[in-house]
Amino acid sequence: MSQPAASTADRHPMPGMMVYNVKLGMWIFLLSEVMFFTALIGSYIILRFAHPDHFAEPGAVLNVPLTAFNTFVLICSSVSMVKAYAAITQGDQKGLKFWLLVTILLGTFFVGVQVYEYIILAQEGFVPMAELYGVAHEIEGAALYGATFYTMTGFHGTHVTIGILCMWFVLYRAWQGKYSADNYGGVEIMGLYWHFVDLVWIILFTIVYLI
Amino acid sequence: MDAHAHAHEMPWIRRYVFSTDHKIIAIQFLLMSLFFLVVGGLLAAMIRWQLGFPSEPMPGGMLLPDEMMAPTPAGAIMLPEFYNSLVTMHGTIMIFFAIMPLLVGVFGNLLIPLQIGADDMAFPRLNMASFWMAFPAGLLMLVSFAVEGGAAGAGWTSYAPLSASGEYTGVYLGQQLWLISLTILGFASLAGAVNYITTIINMRAPGMTWFRMPLATWALFITAILILLAIPILAGALIMLLFDQTIGTGFFLPASDGEPLLWQHLFWFFGHPEVYILILPAMGITSDVLANGARKPVFGYHAMVLAIVSIAFLSWIVWGHHMFQSGMNPMLGTTFMITTMVIAVPSAIKVFNWLGTIYKGNIHLHTPMLHALGFVSMFIIGGLSGVFMASTPVDVYIHDTYFIVAHIHYVLFGGSLFAIFAGVTFWYPKMFGRLMNEKWGRIHFWLTLILYNLVFWPMHSIGIQGHMRRIYDPTQYEFLQPLQPINQFITVCVFALVAVQAIYALNFIISIWKGKKAGNNPWHANSLEWTVPSPPPHGNFELVPIVYRGPYEYSAPDVEEDYWLQDTPPPSETAAPALEPQPVAD
Repeated sequence: MSQPAASTADRHPMPGMMVYNVKLGMWIFLLSEVMFFTALIGSYIILRFAHPDHFAEPGAVLNVPLTAFNTFVLICSSVSMVKAYAAITQGDQKGLKFWLLVTILLGTFFVGVQVYEYIILAQEGFVPMAELYGVAHEIEGAALYGATFYTMTGFHGTHVTIGILCMWFVLYRAWQGKYSADNYGGVEIMGLYWHFVDLVWIILFTIVYLI
Repeated sequence: MDAHAHAHEMPWIRRYVFSTDHKIIAIQFLLMSLFFLVVGGLLAAMIRWQLGFPSEPMPGGMLLPDEMMAPTPAGAIMLPEFYNSLVTMHGTIMIFFAIMPLLVGVFGNLLIPLQIGADDMAFPRLNMASFWMAFPAGLLMLVSFAVEGGAAGAGWTSYAPLSASGEYTGVYLGQQLWLISLTILGFASLAGAVNYITTIINMRAPGMTWFRMPLATWALFITAILILLAIPILAGALIMLLFDQTIGTGFFLPASDGEPLLWQHLFWFFGHPEVYILILPAMGITSDVLANGARKPVFGYHAMVLAIVSIAFLSWIVWGHHMFQSGMNPMLGTTFMITTMVIAVPSAIKVFNWLGTIYKGNIHLHTPMLHALGFVSMFIIGGLSGVFMASTPVDVYIHDTYFIVAHIHYVLFGGSLFAIFAGVTFWYPKMFGRLMNEKWGRIHFWLTLILYNLVFWPMHSIGIQGHMRRIYDPTQYEFLQPLQPINQFITVCVFALVAVQAIYALNFIISIWKGKKAGNNPWHANSLEWTVPSPPPHGNFELVPIVYRGPYEYSAPDVEEDYWLQDTPPPSETAAPALEPQPVAD
């Protein structure tokens, strides 16, 4: 072959996606998270269509105003996450730490309200099986309605909790001065995860509480 | 070289037990899954004893506890509950702890960084975590045999409601351990998948364009995407089933108006991509080995890649063909029948391209080549019986019979496992620095091929005659009694088949120390893993390799040898290379 096998363009390093590994890895991981929540949400939709009589009207069992406020808090935490990211891209260490702390507090508030909501609901008998939980009676249809409700919101709450724990770690690293205007990958992927969890909640809030 | 020297300073436990080196992790996965392959094979032998000689004392049965085998003066007789556990655990262990880690864990780890010219995976520690989740998950699965009530007994598909309540199977804790073990394994698979995808996208060597990647890496890349998207569906379903058993939910329980069919939909929405997770890497390995054995470029490289991609895409829209008899809407059955038939097209493209690859080749029948040819021929049989089952009218008749058992073993044993034998033998030097014994390798291949067909071919026939898939004692039905001689024949052949595998095991173990030294490139292959020593040092490549051509430049007219390594500069440029190799960045 007279023609060189490799053209000039091919001789440069393969740049891949022009995205550093950890960020690409996080995006790929989030794809799998999408599928996980798809399994839970899809099951909810199928069960609800199959047995609409087991599912109460919006607001009949669940406290919609409280959760609406909680949703607002979670969205605010996404804003503060963006502020933390914006701060470190400018090299603002103090801003990074402040906004990370705000995000942690807002996230913790969200989980706290969710736990409070669970306790109230359980006392009202909104549990899948009364005898297992020491409740006098269970609300009609709770074996399906309650099961889907607790599974979906519970797994979301677990994701928020894991996010908060990771955020403490990021904050600890920020305190050590590990991030800078040139090196903020850790904050960025934390933000990706946090916004994803936020987005999932918006979908869950809509289909579980509003529709 | 720095990285290499560094590796020797690490304590033994960091180098071989909690290693982050992808090659060591590949060997760990290999040893783990070969162990589970043996366990799964022994379970199969016990199943076959019961089918061949129903309720006769099993040799060695006295060694097992009374919960599994009923002791009688003549010897121990298998209990039906234990038989259910055996069927369940044989399927589970073979699919999740033997074939899947062999294909994805072993070859994914070993080949991806070496074939794309990377020093390691993108996330080495995550890679280590992947193995150290998979291995305990496997142990947990084994432990479930010892708990009260025995191991899970609702089939490897664990259909609800049978699996959703211990009242139906008598298995409580065993079924829960089954669910937990598979969930942990799911995390391990996800960690691996994220790693593989990131590594392939971001860490290819200069010049390693997408269409210069070996087909093994291509197949593993697409497989990783399937794992990434399918495993979370399984995880969701497993967790819901676990909740049904433990915390009183009613997702799949008709008693609470749950939907048992929902489990089947979720399981097979995962399960059908899983089927291709178990065969795509085998196809990739076969393509590499066939081109090497035939000393010819792979016929239709681009078509091969596109066929892999389209099989992967189609695998998402065919799950209903497992459910023709489930009471699903018959209109859906027709839809799924058509989509399933469509998969035959890319599969046939691959088969014809393999035939095109060996056509008029200078064929070297080394052991890996024999196994690869075995893969192609067995896959054709398994693929054709798949078309039978895909058509609903035929499936109505053969559903849940031994015809299905024959089909799955033709694609999983005849397909995947032959490709695994091919791959392990072919890349053995890159793991242990030596070659496996060629003579014993061939003897093992021929004995396995013959015995394997004697075992599984008759299953088509007894399946057509109505032999059920999961049945404890076939002689209880009068119409199955005339088939008993065939059952006994199969059982005897299974024992021989299992025994013959000892040849491979011995060959594998002895060759680690006594095998012929391999050198860099014992098979005269082209891809990047053959440019480095066997086994490659920590960090793999001394200099970042520069890739000039595709991986299948066998018998190229421009060079004297019949192979042309991917990183050999073209003749016109050897005098004055335009681009100097760069040292490996640490």
